[in-house]
Amino acid sequence: MNGAEYPSVLKEIIMNEIDRYLISYENFQKTRSEKEPSWIRRIRKDAIERFAHLGFPGPRQEDWRFTRVKPITRTSFERVDGLRSNGLSSGEIARRTFNDAGCHRLAFVDGHYCAELSSQVGSNSGLVIESLADALQRRAALVENHLARYARFEEQAFIALNTAFISDGAFVYVPEDATVVEPIHLVFASSGLPSSTPAIGSATSNLHVDKAGPDAPSTNGNAPRTHPRILIIGEKGSRATIIESYIGLKQDAYFTNPVTEIILGENADVSHYKLQRESDAAYHVAALQANIEKDARFSSASISIGGALVRNDVNVILDGEGVSCALDGLYLGDNRQHVDNHTFIKHAKPNCESFELYKGILDGRSSGVFNGRIYVDPGAQKTDAKQTNNCLLLSDDARINTSPQLEIFADDVKCTHGATVGQLDEAAIFYLRSRGIEENDARHMLIYAFANEVLDRIHLAPVRDRFATDLFEWLSK
Amino acid sequence: MLIIRNLHAEAEGKKILQGIDLEVKPGEVHAIMGPNGSGKSTLAQVVAGHDTYDITTGEVLYEGKDLLELSPEERAWEGIFMAFQYPVEIPGVRNTYFLKSALNAIRKARGESELDAMDFLDLAKDKMRLLNMEESLMERAVNEGFSGGEKKRNEILQMAVLDPKLAILDETDSGLDIDALKIVANGVNALRGPNRAIVVVTHYQRLLNYIVPDFVHVLVGGRIVKSGGRELALELEKQGYAGIEKAAAESRL
Ligand SMILES: Nc1ncnc2c1ncn2[C@@H]1O[C@H](COP(=O)(O)OP(=O)(O)O)[C@@H](O)[C@H]1O
Ligand SMILES: [Mg+2]
Repeated sequence: MNGAEYPSVLKEIIMNEIDRYLISYENFQKTRSEKEPSWIRRIRKDAIERFAHLGFPGPRQEDWRFTRVKPITRTSFERVDGLRSNGLSSGEIARRTFNDAGCHRLAFVDGHYCAELSSQVGSNSGLVIESLADALQRRAALVENHLARYARFEEQAFIALNTAFISDGAFVYVPEDATVVEPIHLVFASSGLPSSTPAIGSATSNLHVDKAGPDAPSTNGNAPRTHPRILIIGEKGSRATIIESYIGLKQDAYFTNPVTEIILGENADVSHYKLQRESDAAYHVAALQANIEKDARFSSASISIGGALVRNDVNVILDGEGVSCALDGLYLGDNRQHVDNHTFIKHAKPNCESFELYKGILDGRSSGVFNGRIYVDPGAQKTDAKQTNNCLLLSDDARINTSPQLEIFADDVKCTHGATVGQLDEAAIFYLRSRGIEENDARHMLIYAFANEVLDRIHLAPVRDRFATDLFEWLSK
Repeated sequence: MLIIRNLHAEAEGKKILQGIDLEVKPGEVHAIMGPNGSGKSTLAQVVAGHDTYDITTGEVLYEGKDLLELSPEERAWEGIFMAFQYPVEIPGVRNTYFLKSALNAIRKARGESELDAMDFLDLAKDKMRLLNMEESLMERAVNEGFSGGEKKRNEILQMAVLDPKLAILDETDSGLDIDALKIVANGVNALRGPNRAIVVVTHYQRLLNYIVPDFVHVLVGGRIVKSGGRELALELEKQGYAGIEKAAAESRL
């Protein structure tokens, strides 16, 4: 079908899908405290206007060619007001994410900070790990300097949507030359409770807590949606490890729409992990934007296991000389799951290196998308970029679309990319079986070996062990 | 121990084995020789249980059981081992992990207790010393980046650790220099015993100077055209296969 000429009936449906969010936005704005700084209101307003203009992406947009968002747009997801009782305990979080004893932890349920499930270990002078709602109150100027200045809501509808509904999330500030030894664990849990479930009055430290009542008139409660917002600032010479975990407590559908902004100063060294373990019926559309300055090191590992429809955008700008960046990814798909990873590395300055390794394992009727774009600015001489994407298809019905996109405008660079799509090596299976290893175990061994190359690059043992267990369970299902 | 009767096998519509008869008794060492493409590897693979080969006629009995009914892993549990002519590289799977899993899978299937990491390493190191193998090979991915000789030694190491009753060695001598050949032969001879049988598949008689066979069979065009004792191998070396092939063709007329 060509262009904007949707039949009028369709046009109306599309309008309604957007209107729903516009109405939700109006209601949301009304619930916000008068004391909120005007700049945050302005950002939200700009964002919702951009969203209204952009609309949801369709298949005609190159970046969304293989990922249809209709299942998300046709469902009436609703924001959740306030924290509801959900039976989640600290131990349950560890069980569903990884053993995070000894980590700082900020926990969010349905997008709202939950103090009881959060904890901080030790103390670092100047280090800030708090909810974004708190940070907006306590250090508005610092937040204002960075929030929504990197993630491009002007161009991306889902970033605009998140930005329009910014209310809570995580704020991490690592001061100059500080080393945070303990990993910082940010947990975003979706209770799966319908949006009409009443909030519990006491259990929130969020002073902007929304007045009671759902943000749009509803029948007996709609599937919930959240727009977690994460802002991570690593000053010059700082070091930290941050993990974002996404979990679903019920098997019902819900929609998670997180946006993370990471800003690293000169010579900072930050590792970021994302562990996506949403429930099977969940929709997850996330964006990470990282801006990295001179001589800094940034590594990102994205592990995607759950969700019915998952989209991860990882955009990194290497914005100073001597930056070293590693992007790793591991995604599993089964049944009718759809997992889309889009990465974009912009080499804006000379002498930077980027290393990227994404691996997917797809079974059942699942489908995957990997799009790895590397852009080398004309001035970015001596760029060293390597991208690899491998996908293992375990069934005849599983599909993958992979496309590397190298846009190189400098002449003295080293850029390589490689993509493979394949099945398990039958000769290797026979070899293992002929040594007494059962067929199923032989297959598992080879699948595990395939994933291991990425796992080996995860230096946080509890996260690596968690994935190893997950993979084992996934294979034994 | 192993009885093969009138075995016919084909792959992708190509007839490869065309009536093999062979009996191997415990304690015996048999050599199967023959020109390239005569079906030696096919015979070895069929005994090991490779499923790309269709068995159109014939039977294979192992210790009285119908071998063709068993999966490759079940055959390994029953004590069959085949050293591959072309060992497969398995990136990402460490050699120690692989071999320990194999040994424990076999032990488990036999109702024996599994070996822990320490006991396994002791055993493996012992056998590696025997084969003059670098210990570092155990920490590498299975056969990945191994030289031809290292791959062959790795096969023999697996055989030594898994301790089979019937071992079939498919061209284990190819690509080995004379020192390596002696080491491998020592490893094989160490396995010789009254309860075990060994079938050595080889193109050259050189290996048979070190692993002295009780019987030699010549495989041509998917059939055993001649069987005899040790001396047949020497005769072959002098005449080449051409003479035998010609004689075989004439006898068929
Ligand atoms: N999987 C297969 N598919 C088709 N042809 C095969 C297959 N395996 C072996 N062959 C053919 O069968 C013949 C015998 O092969 P092989 O058993 O490997 O001989 P040898 O080991 O004696 O050199 C050759 O012509 C070979 O090409
Ligand atoms: Mg052969």
